[in-house]
Amino acid sequence: MELICPAGTPSALEVAVNAGADAIYCGFSDETNARNFPGLNFSREELGEGISYAHRHGVKVLVAINTFARAGATDVWKRAIDDAVGAGADALIMADVGMLAYTARHHSSQRIHLSVQAAAANPDAIRFYVESFGVRRVVLPRVLSVPEIAKIIKEVSCETEVFVYGGLCVMEEGRCSLSSYATGKSPNMQGVCSPPSHVSYREEGDKVVSRLGKFTINAFAEDEATAYPTLCKGRFTTSHGTGYIFEDPVSLDAATMLPGLRDAGVTALKIEGRQRGRAYIESVVRTFRQAIEALEAGEAIKTGSLIAMSEGQMTTAGAYRKTWR
Amino acid sequence: MPKPDATISPLPHALSLAMRPLPLWPLQPLLAMFVGRIRTRHPGMFERLGEHSQKRFGLKPTDLPFAFVLEPKPSRPVAVATRQLPSNLDARISGPLGALLGLVSGECDGDALFFSRELHIEGDMEAVLALRNAIDSVGVNLLGEFLAELSPLGAPVDKLLRGHPPQRPYAGNARKGTQPWN
Amino acid sequence: MQLTLGPVLFNWQSDVWRDFYFQIADEAPIDVVVVGEIVCSKRSPFFAEHMPTVIERLVASGKQVVLGSLILISLPRERRQMAELTGTEDFLVEANDLTCVRGLRGRPHAIGPFVNVYNEATAAYLADLGATRICLPPELPLRSIATIAASVPEVTTEVFAFGKVPLAISARCYHARIHKLTKDNCRFVCEQDPDGLAVKTLEGDGFLSVNGVQTLSHSCASYLDDADALARAGVGALRLSPQKCDMVQVAHVFRNVVEGRLGAGDGNRALSEIYPGVPFANGFLHGLPGAELAEPVT
Repeated sequence: MELICPAGTPSALEVAVNAGADAIYCGFSDETNARNFPGLNFSREELGEGISYAHRHGVKVLVAINTFARAGATDVWKRAIDDAVGAGADALIMADVGMLAYTARHHSSQRIHLSVQAAAANPDAIRFYVESFGVRRVVLPRVLSVPEIAKIIKEVSCETEVFVYGGLCVMEEGRCSLSSYATGKSPNMQGVCSPPSHVSYREEGDKVVSRLGKFTINAFAEDEATAYPTLCKGRFTTSHGTGYIFEDPVSLDAATMLPGLRDAGVTALKIEGRQRGRAYIESVVRTFRQAIEALEAGEAIKTGSLIAMSEGQMTTAGAYRKTWR
Repeated sequence: MPKPDATISPLPHALSLAMRPLPLWPLQPLLAMFVGRIRTRHPGMFERLGEHSQKRFGLKPTDLPFAFVLEPKPSRPVAVATRQLPSNLDARISGPLGALLGLVSGECDGDALFFSRELHIEGDMEAVLALRNAIDSVGVNLLGEFLAELSPLGAPVDKLLRGHPPQRPYAGNARKGTQPWN
Repeated sequence: MQLTLGPVLFNWQSDVWRDFYFQIADEAPIDVVVVGEIVCSKRSPFFAEHMPTVIERLVASGKQVVLGSLILISLPRERRQMAELTGTEDFLVEANDLTCVRGLRGRPHAIGPFVNVYNEATAAYLADLGATRICLPPELPLRSIATIAASVPEVTTEVFAFGKVPLAISARCYHARIHKLTKDNCRFVCEQDPDGLAVKTLEGDGFLSVNGVQTLSHSCASYLDDADALARAGVGALRLSPQKCDMVQVAHVFRNVVEGRLGAGDGNRALSEIYPGVPFANGFLHGLPGAELAEPVT
């Protein structure tokens, strides 16, 4: 199985290459990619240099142009596509039907991967993209169990890629407007979820209260680890009580699921976290490289070593286990 | 959720003691040299900040009797030492010096530090995130690089502060052939 | 300007559901009615028995019936249901996922608000495949709506104009989770909240509404103030999403406002009496946080 690793900066790309990635995914510093955070991502020049560096080490570079193009400004996305193709990207990771059609028409030999943002959760949806745009690989949404993934792989002709580590969307990606409801900025349009520009922390008595826009997302007592106020991982109240209604502040860690994912026929394993630092990239990529090598050698996979890197310092196998639902 | 154990070792006691009686004035030329070196060696770092390069950041090591104010303008970045942080800052970051240095060196993950409450961030979160990402983008230990140039004093201090071996490239990549997909 | 009644998103008692549509058929000034369980496939059997009579009554009243597809299709059972749906020849089918577009392409169909149509390129591509109606994603601002509507004049462009806004869909059932049940053994607890389960912040502010695997806004979208601007932007239909309030009256208010018989201000006052206690919002249309209420575009 290939190991697909994130890079938010050129130096993170080098770290990921050196730590054992088979391919790196990254994006341009603008709204065309779904991790459009300040100070992050690549200029055109940096992408060219990054691709050269990766290729010298036998590593591929996938360019994420996976937000949904803004009406009246599709040229921004088309330029990103043209430039990524021109820079020698090994694949484009895309979700927007209009932009997929553009790429298939104007860059017919360019390899396209379907972004998780496209939310193709069953063989019929995947076939639509394969037949329409020649998509070669689909990144599966994080709503599927391992047996469901195995069934999908039997039915589709393209490769599959699944997330194994990092931030966990509990909603189907590409179809979530929670962030824009609270802040006006969404993953689909601006490439940001729960953007830092709308985050505030305030000490109130012995608690730290986190807010997103006008809404309180969580409050932490003195002895609790704080968490970033990602909307779906906040503490809220219903008539049935108060708690983490949607999901605890946890990260995905599917290291224990690797044998099942391999047996299912998954082509590639993806690590989330283009917004994370070099330290995260280094330790997560190296750990998963070792896990894959252990798996291939028939040895036991070590687990739990990445706990300090995870949100809220807790992990889950997410939808890969059906009981999560 | 229980509070996790501290992952950052506190400032070595000897170093802390050595710095305590230090007047601020000798720090100023060092800081000026530090940001000046970053500007010449890694000009992209300040540019990466975009609009946030016009903001004022306060850095407060909770285990030291002074703090720093950073104005990362690409044309003329400024860092000054101060006894107390002024009030007209866009963002302030406080925490043990070890955690702040970890952030500057890129050896500690800012998110991981933040999740574990080592660092305390107030004000413009977006600006802080931009700063962290920009520092991370340089790809070298900024402080280590600077201190190494200040030998003979620099090298041992660098070693003391870093304590991490440099990473080795993954050997497996050398065996891989590049087979183009397109 | 057409008025479309969107599908009931909540798990209503099946006879309440049936009677609701009977009343819509008989009394509401609505042009198009989308029917079908689109949120949770486990609920479908409850409505199936009433579906033929509901459709018959709606058609007899002169309303165009459109059949809505599931939003999230992952189980084999759901795929079979959708294959059956897309095989329907008698009614227009509204695809809420591209899964169904695969089965519908080449003949006229509708695109629901859960398909990501964010720009003119996507709208044109889907129109080429046979889309004759496109209900745009609720988070789109007016400027995007206008650009898209202008690019596909042959398509009826529709906008989500009334109701709690569907914001997210998940594999996980939050109703089951809140009731400490598993999704597979959920006991259909979502039927306890026919207008959604209110989710408040720790400070008690209304924020979201849980509806099984779906999450909606706490506030109710109302584009009544913006109906004129939407018409000028080329929008051909406004979608009213059923809430637990008098939807016949809601339809009358919208009809009267779009036809100039009632001012938007009076219309808003009427809406807050018809659906009391729920804040109205139109932030999405104005490029603001969706929860906000902006002044109308003049």
